[in-house]
Amino acid sequence: MIGLQHYLTVAAVLFALSIAGIFINRRNLILLLMCIELMLLAVNFNFIAFSRYLGDETGQVFVFFILTVAAAEAAIGLAILVVLFRNRLSINVQELDSMKG
Amino acid sequence: MFQAIFFYIFAVILIGAAVGVIFSRNPVHAVMFLVLAFFQSALLWLMAEAEFLAIVLVLVYVGAVMVLFLFVVMMLDINVESVSVPYTRYLPLGIMVAGLMVVELLMIIWNRQAAEPLTGSFSRMPEGYSNTEALGAVLYTEHVYAFEIAAVILLLAIIAAITLTMRKRPGLKQQNIARQVAVQAKDRVRLVKMAAESSEKDQ
Repeated sequence: MIGLQHYLTVAAVLFALSIAGIFINRRNLILLLMCIELMLLAVNFNFIAFSRYLGDETGQVFVFFILTVAAAEAAIGLAILVVLFRNRLSINVQELDSMKG
Repeated sequence: MFQAIFFYIFAVILIGAAVGVIFSRNPVHAVMFLVLAFFQSALLWLMAEAEFLAIVLVLVYVGAVMVLFLFVVMMLDINVESVSVPYTRYLPLGIMVAGLMVVELLMIIWNRQAAEPLTGSFSRMPEGYSNTEALGAVLYTEHVYAFEIAAVILLLAIIAAITLTMRKRPGLKQQNIARQVAVQAKDRVRLVKMAAESSEKDQ
């Protein structure tokens, strides 16, 4: 039957996929943001699975706060992205080297 | 039995959607795959009897954050060709790192299972158990301080996003309300006294 280890497996695969996504789409800033969202989702999976396994709601409270912070992070990240695009007309990470020493 | 079948269906769709996110060339397709991934996760959380968070995930993530992503993707005229890298360049490295991580994590998860068996499946919650009620009971008592900090973080996000994206366009014509209200008749109309002139001018 479905238990803790199945959920942890799904979370592990999801996390590894988002790491691979960062490697593959390392020029497109918007896809990098999406991969970070996916990574946080994998982390939340672990919290939910352990919270359910231990019968303790604190893990779910943690997921609640992670969702809050991730929403704030997405909003600010996208705002930075919009400003960046307005100034540079590109979201290529490769071109963001004006602070290089 | 049905639980296992549904779990595997949702998990496979979730992984497929994640693969779609990282491999799609078109950012709009990537956002759509991400929506699918979040939805499947919500279903899996529902199966783990975390109902409140599952609904929050659908409402907040699919309903708000993903729509925000979609807005930005559609608003910016991104040249997809300039930001996409040929797969062959970093694909082997990415797959190697990801594969290594998956293998290691699975070894830990399933070896632990073999050494010290975890309970096969989640025990059912007792009848009349309310996930939302249980969550609220700890959220507003034990974690109320963190809850208030979360509210401040959201306020911070609002202020930061607005101040970052607000701009004054050059040459934009705006009303100055304070000056409009403070204006008086003598500022607008000037009466000028001058001598009368003859209607015909001498050549």
